Amino acid sequence: MNVLQRTLERRFLRGTRWLEQRLGAAKGIKWLLSYVFPDHWSFLLGEIALYAFIVLVGTGTFLALYYIPGDSQVIYHGPYALLQGEQMSEAYRSVVDLSFSVPAGLLFRQAHHWAADVFVAAIVLHLCRIFFTGAYRKPRDVNYFIGLTMLMLAILEGFAGYSLIDDLLSGMGLAIAYGVALSLPGIGAQLGYLVWGGPFPGSSSFLPRLEIVHVFLIPGTLAVLITLHLVMIMRQHHSQFPGPGRRERNVVGTPLWPAYALRSIGLLLAVAGVLFLLGGLVQINPIWQWGPFHPYLSENGAQPDWYIGWLIGALRLMPNWEPAIGNYTLIPNPFWGGAAFPLFVFIVMFAWPAIERRFTRDHLRHDLLDRPRDRPTRTAIGAAFLSWVMIIFAVGSTDRLFFRLHISYTAQIHFWRAGVWVLPILIFFITRSACRSLRRTDTHPMRAWQGTVVRRGPDGSITRLGDSADRTQSRPSEEPVGTVPAESER
Amino acid sequence: MRRWLTRRSRIPAVLRLTLAVILAAGAVAVLAAPSSEGQTSSGAGVPGGPPAGVNAPSKSPEPPAPGDPVKTFPDSPALRAQGYTLYQAGCSSCHGIALQGTPGVAPSLRGVGAGPVDFYLSTGRMPLEQPREEPQRAPALYTRGQIDALIAYVASFGGPPAPTADPAKGNLALGLHEFTLHCAGCHQVVARGGLTVNVPVPDLLAATPQQVAEAVRMGPYVMPHFGTRQIDQHDLDSIARYVLWTRHPVNAGGWAIYNLGPIPEGIVAWFMGLAALVIVARLIGERLA
Amino acid sequence: MSTGDGSPRLRPIARTLAVLVALRTAVRTATGRERPGPPAPPDVDPSERIVPASRRAETIVAALLLAAAVFGFGFTFVYVVSGENTQLLGLAVGGMLALLAAAAIIAGKLVVPQEQSVEQRDPLLVEEQAEEIVEIVEAGGEGVSRRALLAGAGGVAGAALITAAATPVASLGPTLNGIHTTDWKRGVRLLDTSGRPYLAADIEIGTFYTALPEGGDPEHLGAGLLVVRLPPEFLHLPPARQSWAPDGIVAYSKICPHAACAISLYRYPTYRPTSVEPAFTCPCHYSTFLPGEGGRLVFGPAGRALPQLPLMVDADGYLRAAGPFHEDIGPSWWNIHRGQS
Repeated sequence: MNVLQRTLERRFLRGTRWLEQRLGAAKGIKWLLSYVFPDHWSFLLGEIALYAFIVLVGTGTFLALYYIPGDSQVIYHGPYALLQGEQMSEAYRSVVDLSFSVPAGLLFRQAHHWAADVFVAAIVLHLCRIFFTGAYRKPRDVNYFIGLTMLMLAILEGFAGYSLIDDLLSGMGLAIAYGVALSLPGIGAQLGYLVWGGPFPGSSSFLPRLEIVHVFLIPGTLAVLITLHLVMIMRQHHSQFPGPGRRERNVVGTPLWPAYALRSIGLLLAVAGVLFLLGGLVQINPIWQWGPFHPYLSENGAQPDWYIGWLIGALRLMPNWEPAIGNYTLIPNPFWGGAAFPLFVFIVMFAWPAIERRFTRDHLRHDLLDRPRDRPTRTAIGAAFLSWVMIIFAVGSTDRLFFRLHISYTAQIHFWRAGVWVLPILIFFITRSACRSLRRTDTHPMRAWQGTVVRRGPDGSITRLGDSADRTQSRPSEEPVGTVPAESER
Repeated sequence: MRRWLTRRSRIPAVLRLTLAVILAAGAVAVLAAPSSEGQTSSGAGVPGGPPAGVNAPSKSPEPPAPGDPVKTFPDSPALRAQGYTLYQAGCSSCHGIALQGTPGVAPSLRGVGAGPVDFYLSTGRMPLEQPREEPQRAPALYTRGQIDALIAYVASFGGPPAPTADPAKGNLALGLHEFTLHCAGCHQVVARGGLTVNVPVPDLLAATPQQVAEAVRMGPYVMPHFGTRQIDQHDLDSIARYVLWTRHPVNAGGWAIYNLGPIPEGIVAWFMGLAALVIVARLIGERLA
Repeated sequence: MSTGDGSPRLRPIARTLAVLVALRTAVRTATGRERPGPPAPPDVDPSERIVPASRRAETIVAALLLAAAVFGFGFTFVYVVSGENTQLLGLAVGGMLALLAAAAIIAGKLVVPQEQSVEQRDPLLVEEQAEEIVEIVEAGGEGVSRRALLAGAGGVAGAALITAAATPVASLGPTLNGIHTTDWKRGVRLLDTSGRPYLAADIEIGTFYTALPEGGDPEHLGAGLLVVRLPPEFLHLPPARQSWAPDGIVAYSKICPHAACAISLYRYPTYRPTSVEPAFTCPCHYSTFLPGEGGRLVFGPAGRALPQLPLMVDADGYLRAAGPFHEDIGPSWWNIHRGQS
């Protein structure tokens, strides 16, 4: 046994020396192995998104080998009985064939689709963590902008992906996208014609273009941005919550080797495991049930994937305002919900660090995070804004609520046209007062309790057994790093 | 507020998250599940073939084309007499003692024929408690024998014969094609139901081929009716077969989450996929020490 | 703040400033924008290293790895035996990954040393180095006298480069030729989706028909029509369109003028007094239009009425278009030809 171990060690050393003779990277490798990751579960949300992206690239490569971006109409003669003899595009047929005739094809397709849904969801949750803990402040503001850009790209990427299939649902989604493109004031029609290569449903070059966007342009950009995102994190180190021994100038946590590396690999495997389990066990986008698309066909209850849901909600909620002078339509209606709304949301998020600096006059570098309750106003603004977007998102499924509960659809729409403004204001005040009261009592809303554990003896005497575990974190007491006056900081 | 927020909890975080996932899965079921009971159709009366007087319905049942199979219901003087009694007790307050209807409340039933009577009664949509409410699918109030009696009585006032459909003669691919063209706009492509503005559209999970045929030809409540020019007998057989198929469609992908598409998918992605991963992150996020 | 200069007597201005600062602090504290300084935490060193040395955990990890191997080989086996069984394939590969994940996590937490260490952050900005960078770069311009000229010329050249690079984008799309036209012209017959022409007598009250232009492209956005026949009680067309509806038959573009979805919902009451009027509804955003009133919008987000196509009946009884659409079909854009309604 010992002999074996010694041999292995010798081999390993020899390998390391071989590498060092060529790279001389020992310093960097040592630095990497002892790189410290602060311990908190919420710091792993971004990692979930990263690993979902890896699954997306892997499964997507498999799918790309089978997908044909063709719009020529063909007749289906495959194994699926319900489409026998049906006229459909080559693209749709290739995906039906992938689902039914390629071994494990459906598994990969479904895992890919679940991965897309979870990818964007993880990014959104990660963004919430970043926002409510103030992690977007200097020096991480640039990285925050990169993250927001990746969120936008991820949404576009997902939409492009399910639009490739040319089934009834994706065709309806593309029709709406065309409507939104045309609605851009002034340039809409030119833009729509540019993208589709002509009027909807577009020329034969549209699907190949969309495929290039989906499999090359956006994923490539995402890969570059992810690399930048990670390099910047490594350079600045993770932020951390305040706690014993945790200062602005240091970072306390688990070194990469060995424990963190194993845990992180575990998370990668867990992400892949969950996505493949979902891909195998829960059906997603059964395109064979939707049938092929033609511009004169549609179905009830058509919905986009969840990350486009906020747009369909906005499109449905919007009153029919469409200002026009003669034959000049100043703002076509889909612009409000399909373009202005998401643009506004992203502009606010991009501008937020500057807005906050403007009001707090805090231009300092922050490496210690805020607990949400410690910034009641920011937390309340964030909660109100989030609820505003979520209400609009939820309005996208009021039709289903009508079907289930028979609450008049028009009444729901009229109600939410007002509620979408009133409710976030209420949430602002409720959140702010909740944060303030939490800060006063300094208890954790879900887990912490404060007190002393005692035992009452038979004689009535009280024995003190100990204090509750003090899980409340102490606040930062030192000045943040980089105390340079505000003006010279811009 | 403060008490509630700062209240201590003895449940471990992981259990709480798991509980949240289970509750969310329940929410999927409540929000996304098609309701077999939640059907609507057929407002008040049933149409009359030859428009009969001022209180006629706005549309009349389509007669089967010559040579198409029809559904014959039992008929006899005794049955008609029983039907008369049932009609006077259960229907006449709205539809009138002589089937002439009540203006503003319910249409005339003269000349509607057997199909609509069978449809509305066998799906439990009639009788209605309030004339203005939307008829919903419900357990039938009358027994099969009583329904036959009412059919015999009402059909004795004339009207086209009831249509019928034989799924065995239908073609599934044609059924999907025709269903997409004529029906999916309201009923959703896998017949899970939906809405047109302010009228819920039923799912078709409980619809029998006979009821499908009757509904297609007569257009209950606000549904259009379809004649043989749009949907011929072979198409009708195929649609009936497709509707039966949608009860158990090909769910090669696994758990079908109600065949509704992206709404339940999004709920699963968030509250099962991402939630499970957050639990994993919660487990590994902090050192065990 | 520079209010205190060591002198025992504060000058009036400084005193006012001090009061203002105190007030501001008080207000900020009261409104929660600034917290009173908490007591400093004990400056502990959180570094620690624990070596678990748990044989039991090692056994569990080994067992998980072997179980994962079983699932992994199982995947290959299922693939060979029945490659279409997505559920078994998913269970096998997902189970393998989940077991591997469990093994890695348990190994990471219970087998290898648990360490907490402290690393110092890089200050990132070092003033001297920033200045040095500026100096090095500026040294490169030594002896250059006409900087403004060069910068201006460079800017112009850069703009030209970007324009030249962006110009080929235009070759992606055709010009807007044909955006105002469809295949519907005077005399075009209405076909059903299987290619049979509609007779006026085919069109009945209380139902809807999908029509496509004879000789036209069925995949064109403007091809699809909704055709319905309405009784006089529901037919109230604008005066200019009275002739568009022979025998009460009206036709509309099937494409919603909101966002290009196909309108495939037609509600028609069995008994009007107890239900709703006839209407088309788009299933995407529920814009609702009245076929009897020239496609007027009664609910939903569409900014225009549904475009109506004038109809006529020929000598053989076939339905034909009596002319092109009088307005543009499809979603609105900047210069769309809007209808009169």
